[in-house]
Amino acid sequence: MILSRRTRIALRAAMVAGLAVVYLPLLLVLLNSLNRDRSFAWPPAGLTTQWWVRAWQSEGARSAVLTSLQAGAGATLVALVLGTMTAFAVQRHRFFGRQTVSFLVILPIALPGIVTGIALNAAFRTVLGPAGIGFGLLTVVIGHATFCIVVVFNNVVARLRRTFPSAEEASADLGAHTFQTFRYVTFPAVRSALLAGGLLAFALSFDEIVVTTFTAGPGVQTLPVWIYANLARPNQAPVVNVVAAVLVLLSVVPVYLAQRLSADSPGGRL
Amino acid sequence: MAPPPTAARPLRRAASVLHRRAGLRLALLLSAPMAWLVLAYLGSLAVLLLSAFWAVDDFTYDVERVWNTANFSTVLTEPVYRAIALRTLGIAVAVTVIDAVVAFPMAFYMARVARPRTRKLLVVAVLTPLWASYLVKAYAWRVIFSQGGVLDWLVGPLGLSSPGYGTTAVIVVLAYLWLPYMILPVYSGLENLPANLLDASADLGASAGRTFRSVVLPQVLPSVFAGSVFTFSLSLGDYVTVRIVGGKTQVLGTAIADNVTLNLPLAAALSCVPVVLIVGYLLAVRRTGALESL
Amino acid sequence: MRISRIARTAAAATAAALLAAGCGSGGTAGSTSGHGGLNPPKLPMLQSLGPGEGQVNLVAWAGYAEDGSDDKSVDWVHPFEQQTGCKVNTKIAGTSDEMVSLMKTGQYDAVSASGDATLRLIAAGDVAPVNTALVQNYADVFDGLKNQPWNSVNGQMYGIPHGRGANLLMYRTDKVTPAPDSWSVVFDGASPYSGHVTAYDSPIYIADAALYLMRTRPELGIKNPYALDQDQLKAAVDLLKTQHKAIGEYWSDFQKSENSFKTGDTVVGTTWQVIANMAQTDHAPVKAVLPKEGATGWSDTWMVSAKAAHPNCAYQWMNWIVSPTANAQVAQWFGEAPANAKACDRTTDKDFCNTFHAADEAYWKDVHYWTTPVKSCLDGRTVACTDYAAWTAAWTEIKG
Repeated sequence: MILSRRTRIALRAAMVAGLAVVYLPLLLVLLNSLNRDRSFAWPPAGLTTQWWVRAWQSEGARSAVLTSLQAGAGATLVALVLGTMTAFAVQRHRFFGRQTVSFLVILPIALPGIVTGIALNAAFRTVLGPAGIGFGLLTVVIGHATFCIVVVFNNVVARLRRTFPSAEEASADLGAHTFQTFRYVTFPAVRSALLAGGLLAFALSFDEIVVTTFTAGPGVQTLPVWIYANLARPNQAPVVNVVAAVLVLLSVVPVYLAQRLSADSPGGRL
Repeated sequence: MAPPPTAARPLRRAASVLHRRAGLRLALLLSAPMAWLVLAYLGSLAVLLLSAFWAVDDFTYDVERVWNTANFSTVLTEPVYRAIALRTLGIAVAVTVIDAVVAFPMAFYMARVARPRTRKLLVVAVLTPLWASYLVKAYAWRVIFSQGGVLDWLVGPLGLSSPGYGTTAVIVVLAYLWLPYMILPVYSGLENLPANLLDASADLGASAGRTFRSVVLPQVLPSVFAGSVFTFSLSLGDYVTVRIVGGKTQVLGTAIADNVTLNLPLAAALSCVPVVLIVGYLLAVRRTGALESL
Repeated sequence: MRISRIARTAAAATAAALLAAGCGSGGTAGSTSGHGGLNPPKLPMLQSLGPGEGQVNLVAWAGYAEDGSDDKSVDWVHPFEQQTGCKVNTKIAGTSDEMVSLMKTGQYDAVSASGDATLRLIAAGDVAPVNTALVQNYADVFDGLKNQPWNSVNGQMYGIPHGRGANLLMYRTDKVTPAPDSWSVVFDGASPYSGHVTAYDSPIYIADAALYLMRTRPELGIKNPYALDQDQLKAAVDLLKTQHKAIGEYWSDFQKSENSFKTGDTVVGTTWQVIANMAQTDHAPVKAVLPKEGATGWSDTWMVSAKAAHPNCAYQWMNWIVSPTANAQVAQWFGEAPANAKACDRTTDKDFCNTFHAADEAYWKDVHYWTTPVKSCLDGRTVACTDYAAWTAAWTEIKG
């Protein structure tokens, strides 16, 4: 498609303007993490690094990050297993209700977090409660995994759609049994899709607040829960901005890795 | 292949059973995910729906398992809930339209204009904000919209001022938050357009504009709908952003969240409104092939 | 199918009848407590104090369990943890409704409940009677707070009083002139500040409107802001709907409210002393006053969950928070009258207890403590009053 020079310039301008709007609030976060005024007076009267020192020492932030890493890892693991299984079922088999399965997988992320949250809360209370399992980290992992399945599923399905079953058939013809075929042929083909999906699943879980609120037990404080509790507190709000700024800077690594490793649609699918 | 060692025999036997019986393979593949999604997830939703038919004791607020449909008739007949539902729907539609309009040129530039190296960097640039905390971003917007805040400072010289906290702020912030969710599917849709299709259109004498309308748009529309699944449903259910920048604006999300503590069965009945709207929306866009483009 | 449906309908009808009967018996007394017939489930109370369980989960008002993260010098949680070995997990609740709903989860051990939550928790069996003999510092609590209708039933205490105070009117001194001394600035006279008025986001706020009407429109005959008949409720709702036009934000998150006052997005509205204190610490030009119409207020009680997993730590916490030193600290930080008489000797401001009328029972007669409105009018009238369910429905309608 040949675009006129003017169109190209217009498109580039749109791109630059779009990115500027996307990054303006993030820059503000960075700036406020250095703002001497603890309630973000604008424009800042002076800069300080004291909040960065405080954030480094903040016990609450550190343990919240740890909790979030645990929850994210657990949810991602469950999502990887369940999402991949569903993707293979849907993409490698023809069966009645196939459409319904792909629909069902999307539902948990499409329906409002608060609906998922109160539904799981009610169910946990009636089902897990009598079994002696209280709200805790486990319930958070269950909640997160539910809406993380979809991103793994989407990535793996997209990949499977492009890899033809012929390679798997060839492997079988050469005498490899099902598990060998999976290990040596199928898995390498979907590996990068799993990575992309797993990363997005982790990102979703790491940033989730609503479902977490309704599924976490007392004392279980994930990073977003900690952030929500400290977002507007004097002395703590700038520390929250430091944590957020650090997260953005750190996130470049996995995002870059994911898009390097993933051949189709860089960055993976949502 | 060498004869398998004895220890591997049961494995091989299982494998050959699986190989021969596709049905069993399918059943094994589906059992765990379906147990999770149907039992844990749909089961929970069913519990919630059931509780919408209960009542609360008007003093202790204990849920009373007295079967009634009063909650649904409240939600359906009280004008205030209709106003809230329509307002929320309007916000979700506005956010979706804004995101589609903003995302399309950006995605187009990334997929069709930028050089491959730049393209990769741009994808990273678009994806990175997804890792910044949703709450912190929303709160940054609160600072932007506040009196004498960044927006006032920017547009003040032009004689304008910040609209303050309210519906406008909610639409802007939600559109901001969900923008990457729209850019990514549209970008992959555009990227997957076969180049020879565009060449053919040009060879047949179509102008760039004509190619865009007749070739690009119809091919990419499912991707736009895919993106809209996120922007629409996430906007329809949000309440945290509304609490942060919404001022006194009431939406479905806040009404549900408020009633969780005030009247849980009513909250459950109210939950059915976004659920019905979103399921309807998903079913509608499924026909365009959007769900395959997610 | 059919049979089970009939059976269910019958069961529902029976339950409804029982419920109606329950309400009826509750309404006969018409005493000022309004719950003469309150008949809480028989629950055991702790008979002796055992070793601590290592942690305690609290539901608390903002500023009631400070651990130094807002202000390093404001910390009575860490000393408690060091002394007892009970780690404190605090969940801050913004409204009494949130507290009730959190306590119903059974995940929390203790709660700092106000009068509009206490009886609901007692009646539902969510909280257990408290054995005051196990709380050493209870002896020093003001007599005016012991065995009150909101914290006891038939002479049995259900908690340990914490402190009391009034909901105040806060305004930006640079934006609101002349300095207001009446709630009218957020009601009839709110229009100059349109878009920048705030109100507390809970149905209980309807009582603030009722209190204002009680003074300004005597013809409505409101005697108690928590006892409104249909017409009186409608008048209050109409007033609040007018107020809605001037509202910028409703608040239940104290931090957000403080923040709005600091930026000037909010210039006038109802507040707690602690919010005013925090805003002033941040050099915001704000002032909090008790308007001439009087105010609604609260009297808080620490209660123990009937399902407490850590009852011993919960009892130790209750003893700690009403101990003279901790009670003085929390009272000064929050800006309320302490419950422990000896706390008055430990405040850094020696006049603190006088300023907050800690021992002045006459003063508290004019402060209308939060309490749950019920069908049988709390002011002793024989007409039907509107209950909290009606207030709740009205609140959603007011917010539009």
